[in-house]
Amino acid sequence: MTDEPKQEAQQVAKVEPPSAPALHIAPGPHTFSTSLTTRRMMVDVLIALIPVLAVSFYVFRLYAAIQLVICIVSALAAEALFMAMRGKRATLSDFSAVVTGAILALSLPAHAPWYVGAVGAFVAIGLGKVIFGGLGQNIFNPAMLGRAFAMIAFPAAVGASAYVLKNCPIDGLTQATPLTALKQLGQNTGLLPLFCGTTNGSLGETSALACLLGGGYLCLRRTASWEIPAGVIAAVAVIGGLIQILHPGTGWTVLHELFGGALLFGAFYIATDPVSSPLTPRGKFIFGVGIGALVMLIRKLSGYPEGVMFSVLIMNALVPLMNRWTIPSPVGGPVPVGKK
Amino acid sequence: MTASLKNLPGTGDFARGIHPSDEKGLAQNSPIEIVPPPAQIAIPMLQHTGAPCDPAVQVKQELAMGDKVGEAKGFISAPVHTSIAGTVMMASVTTLPNGRHVRTIPIKAGPNQVSGDALKAEIFGGEWPTSGLEKYEPAQIAAAVREAGLVGLGGAAFPTHVKLTRNEKRPVDTLLVNGCECEPYLTADYRLMVEFPAPIVTGALLAGHASGAKQIVIAVEDNKPAAVEALKKAAQGTAVQIATVHTKYPMGGERQVIPAVLKREVPTGGLPLDVGVVVVNVGTAAAIARAVLRGKALTHRIVSVTGRGIKNPKNLLVPIGITYQELIDYCGGFTADAARVVVGGPMMGFSISTFNIPVTKGTSGVVVLTQDDVKRAEETSCVRCGRCVDVCPLNLVPTKMALASKFEDWEMAKRYHLLACCECGCCGYICPANIPLVQLMRKGKAQMPRG
Repeated sequence: MTDEPKQEAQQVAKVEPPSAPALHIAPGPHTFSTSLTTRRMMVDVLIALIPVLAVSFYVFRLYAAIQLVICIVSALAAEALFMAMRGKRATLSDFSAVVTGAILALSLPAHAPWYVGAVGAFVAIGLGKVIFGGLGQNIFNPAMLGRAFAMIAFPAAVGASAYVLKNCPIDGLTQATPLTALKQLGQNTGLLPLFCGTTNGSLGETSALACLLGGGYLCLRRTASWEIPAGVIAAVAVIGGLIQILHPGTGWTVLHELFGGALLFGAFYIATDPVSSPLTPRGKFIFGVGIGALVMLIRKLSGYPEGVMFSVLIMNALVPLMNRWTIPSPVGGPVPVGKK
Repeated sequence: MTASLKNLPGTGDFARGIHPSDEKGLAQNSPIEIVPPPAQIAIPMLQHTGAPCDPAVQVKQELAMGDKVGEAKGFISAPVHTSIAGTVMMASVTTLPNGRHVRTIPIKAGPNQVSGDALKAEIFGGEWPTSGLEKYEPAQIAAAVREAGLVGLGGAAFPTHVKLTRNEKRPVDTLLVNGCECEPYLTADYRLMVEFPAPIVTGALLAGHASGAKQIVIAVEDNKPAAVEALKKAAQGTAVQIATVHTKYPMGGERQVIPAVLKREVPTGGLPLDVGVVVVNVGTAAAIARAVLRGKALTHRIVSVTGRGIKNPKNLLVPIGITYQELIDYCGGFTADAARVVVGGPMMGFSISTFNIPVTKGTSGVVVLTQDDVKRAEETSCVRCGRCVDVCPLNLVPTKMALASKFEDWEMAKRYHLLACCECGCCGYICPANIPLVQLMRKGKAQMPRG
């Protein structure tokens, strides 16, 4: 009954009286915050996804449920399989695989075939996480790595055209996604549908309102660091604002940039993955700014209508460097050389 | 209550830190009780930071309370004295809670002991003048403090006379008396401030005079309004001001309380002296008054024996050298679910498994924690959430330092300023993955090649 069985916590032999309690020694501190555990952080993400899921179920009906089940079950199966291959105890109970599965599902088109989600989830967990050494060791956001793989492997099933489903009873699915409509047809989407989420798009990204609600909860709990979404939003607002000033009259405003596509979903749920983001507050903000800037670059200058996934992956690769660049100076200055 | 600092540059707060449950309710309303004189005590020859003492007594020698038992060697050292009257016995060796093996001199109690209220009156009673203290020369005060074997009673046990000795190169402008008992559970300083504020004020004036400080400030956290009231009353009409600071861990640390009150940053590897400040604990201040005005050695101290694992939490005035077992017995012994005994506070204290070891000058409390208190989820992998960075009062990156320590990558340890760590425990307290961060820091700091 010790807290850290691996450590030299030892039972003290108390000879008398026989009913004396068993006492242990352990290194300090001897009091801990119990309000936050790794598992609780994962559960927090799932709680924060509730508004997003609600909108998704409302807009995409059963498609959302099917995609979620496929991705989460595949992610759990992949975790169990790959951890077994590594000869490690499966860590299903930390819920990290559930979160990866859910984020992956919510970043896919509504009617992507079942194997897209399944392959994506296996790649996310296997290549994205376990191959690096499991939870906490990966460089890239697992869900985004899985999605990138699926997008390259099955371009027809995940690419821009895959979002549109003709002759579908669900209104949203018959139209192009707002960003595709803008890029290919020059059509603007109203701010209200973008805000509420009644447009086409990946399952979790359509509603800015839902992302703000869930994201706000994550930031209040400090499960997500507010510096990251703040950086993303600041960069997009500045760049989008400049474009609006330089090219007025297109009707596509900075608010469209913020509410459209996966920007807020990415800023609050994807970029804030602690494992693949920097450690220090300054590093986190720079990381967010980098994502926001890359998103705008991809949206405006590349062939892709949206760039959250690529932006997150590119910035993930820079995290070790950013951690090095943003080592804070200790209170009182660095340790003097040649002195204790 | 909120922070209030009149005419002081600080905001009453420092950056980052944590807010653990203070658990002070267990013992804070128990007045200081006097433990009956033990049949035997053991005086360790090293109870402070610095060089150990040389024994100054012979076996079978008869000693009165306050007689010197060990003579200090070197400047950073402090003599030790007997806290009871009795006979010197054969020297022995004991292992203190911090893991150091030290020589001890046991003393067997004689028939005539000062005890009960007489002892309380002897230590805290009588008049504590707040004027006319200028007649004591600064050097005379420092010498009396050294002779009395005074060390910091807040826990680090740094010899007090070293701080009070004037140094032309580093003049002192502020004497800060530290009443921020920021460790959860502990209430020893609180009871002293509430019950005996007068010697604290007198001691503060003496220490201020000795160090040459122009201003004297007693800093107390805002969760101790009764202590603030008592000190304000005692300090009326004197040069001593009372500053109320925010309640936050580790406010009691020098590197936190100095910025909070004075907005000055103590350089890493340096001392408060480097920014013109001397910090003494409230208990030390009271002992300074006693040492200078009455020539009495440091023989007793207040110890909180508290926690849910002890039957009757109390604040005790105990003779230094008494065993922990006797304190535990005096407080009714352990409850059935007691799980860990910590000497000092739960954040920075050491757990002990044998209780027949002596209380030293730096012992501020004995905290007995229960199964429930120490229950902690299993250690998981670091998810790099950065909580430890968010709480580190020294603005370090604990997770990286721990990693460097673990893999003995001293290049990385240096890059992340491992040696600046003060082991306050904030990172270990907050870590969602329950990684023993402080333990890893200690390992790294001990192993890391210097220079």
